[in-house]
Amino acid sequence: MRPIGAPGVGLPRWVYLPAALATVFVALPLVAIAIKVDWSRFGSLITSPASRAALLLSLRTATASTLLCLILGVPLALVLARHRGALARVLRPLILLPLVLPPVVGGIALLYVYGRLGLLGHYLDAAGIRIAFTTTAVVLAQTFVSLPFLVIALEGAARTAGSDYDMVAATLGAPPATVWWRITLPLLAPGLVSGAVLAFARALGEFGATLTFAGSREGVTRTLPLEIYLQREGDPEAAVALSVLLIAVAAVVVVGLGARRIAGWNAGG
Amino acid sequence: MADLEVSATVASRGLDVQLRVAAGEVLAVLGPNGAGKSTTVAVIAGLLQADAAVVRVGERTLTDTDHGVCVPTHDRRIGVLLQDPLLFPHLSVIGNVEFAARRHADRSAARQRAQRWLAEVGAQNLADRKPAELSGGQAQRVALARAMAAEPDVLLCDEPLAGLDVAAAAATRPVLRRVLTADSRAALLITHDLIDVLTLADRVLIMEDGKVAEVGPVAQVLAAPRSAFGARIAGVNLVRGVLVEPGVLRAEPGPGLPGVLWHGNPADHLTPGQDVSAVFSPAAVAVFRDQPHGSPRNSVLIRITGLEVNGAVVRIRAEEQPDGAPGLAADVTPDAVAELGLRAGEQVWFTVKTQAVGLHAGSGHA
Repeated sequence: MRPIGAPGVGLPRWVYLPAALATVFVALPLVAIAIKVDWSRFGSLITSPASRAALLLSLRTATASTLLCLILGVPLALVLARHRGALARVLRPLILLPLVLPPVVGGIALLYVYGRLGLLGHYLDAAGIRIAFTTTAVVLAQTFVSLPFLVIALEGAARTAGSDYDMVAATLGAPPATVWWRITLPLLAPGLVSGAVLAFARALGEFGATLTFAGSREGVTRTLPLEIYLQREGDPEAAVALSVLLIAVAAVVVVGLGARRIAGWNAGG
Repeated sequence: MADLEVSATVASRGLDVQLRVAAGEVLAVLGPNGAGKSTTVAVIAGLLQADAAVVRVGERTLTDTDHGVCVPTHDRRIGVLLQDPLLFPHLSVIGNVEFAARRHADRSAARQRAQRWLAEVGAQNLADRKPAELSGGQAQRVALARAMAAEPDVLLCDEPLAGLDVAAAAATRPVLRRVLTADSRAALLITHDLIDVLTLADRVLIMEDGKVAEVGPVAQVLAAPRSAFGARIAGVNLVRGVLVEPGVLRAEPGPGLPGVLWHGNPADHLTPGQDVSAVFSPAAVAVFRDQPHGSPRNSVLIRITGLEVNGAVVRIRAEEQPDGAPGLAADVTPDAVAELGLRAGEQVWFTVKTQAVGLHAGSGHA
């Protein structure tokens, strides 16, 4: 007996047990935190000056780093998608490294580039430019960890799309720059959106690299995750409320991305 | 407009071809899969780096590997029409054609030219649709309009009708023919379909194993193929003439001989007075000693020049047609040959049913 609507070869029944456990494992903490929230004080908790400053800083820096990811990541993704040579083979794992690197390590590494005594920071400092422990450092840390998300999503989309349309556009007399703006990028719009959303979500949750490289200065580098970590000691209820806020933002992002994928893009366009 | 001259060697694909297409000429390229037809197109369009190649269009040298010349694809003015129309999915139909027209024109001129080309292919009413909303035949006609709107010096068609069903291909073929013969542009047409060759091409080139196996006027190559592939696709009877009324062709008269009338099924939209070819298989021909009466509408008295055994059938070859075209052929069983006592030099009647004769635009240009 197989359930109606599931023809073909079924899965062994025991598979459903770990699958159910996995679902509970992910859902239970979310439920627990939602139960823990003091909903009557929720509004005032998330609108305290410190919370508002952290939320605004998070949104601003995540937006800035997403833009930076797009500007740098889109060309990189296309280069990786279109080239099969040794360069792409070396480049790809290098670019994806931040994906698996502990963020704290990333933060330390960034310090050794942009810190006062770092590789570039040395010269920047001489020119009067300081990056470490500023809002710029927050943006750089977020970009460092979220760039691979955008590149992966977009490279896959670009590979699937292939270059046939670009080829046809060239035979119609369009020079490469015209093809890039009018054919390549518009056709990658779905991948671009999902890549940007992933990058934004990752930037929003960035903690380790930010703390190491940018510190925790209220209004300057203390983003929402840092604020939550800090409040956990002094005002656990505020930490919980802010956590729920972050979960809500993440949920909006994930659901939005999912809906976008399901709806496709041909009908809308 | 200008001639296209190509010589290309691509060692990795075993390609070594030389070809020439005069301005205003359509050269059909036939050949088995993997013969190098599409590779040739890619080299001409500048999409593939050849080991050694020269591509010239008139005075312009587009590729010359000896002198390090390789004009980028977008500056070649070589249009490409593929089996997949590849209309840009994010642009409307008119947007697609305008994209090509923008090259030499400002926005309003480009829109005008795009509309003119859409009208040319009978797709002006589709202008605001998205490519996803078009049928295969419509999409291919729009792709043709788009390719032409870029005003290429040369048009390369790589099996443009192969992706369409029979009805859509039949509806698209006359449009392609009208556009290809409209001005003095050189065109190269890769196809697997003999009807495309007969209706669209002036000359035919047969490629085998990356080499040119033979090249010549359509009627000549089809009548007396020298290559294996040519022989396989040929072997049909071809009568050239003029359409005198719907479904009726008058064969080219010979010296002192009237043109015979042939009744058939028009495969394209044909108008009286037009050059037309009647095409039918030797297997559709029946042979009689006396003039038959009744249903078969077409019967001609011919003199047998030879009989060849061809597997289970005997092919009867007739003398040249009055206009000098190759003689008709009939495939009959050995029993029938024995029963009728057929021999070379004798006169017999060849008859063909109307339904077995296809009438196509174009006379295969001797």
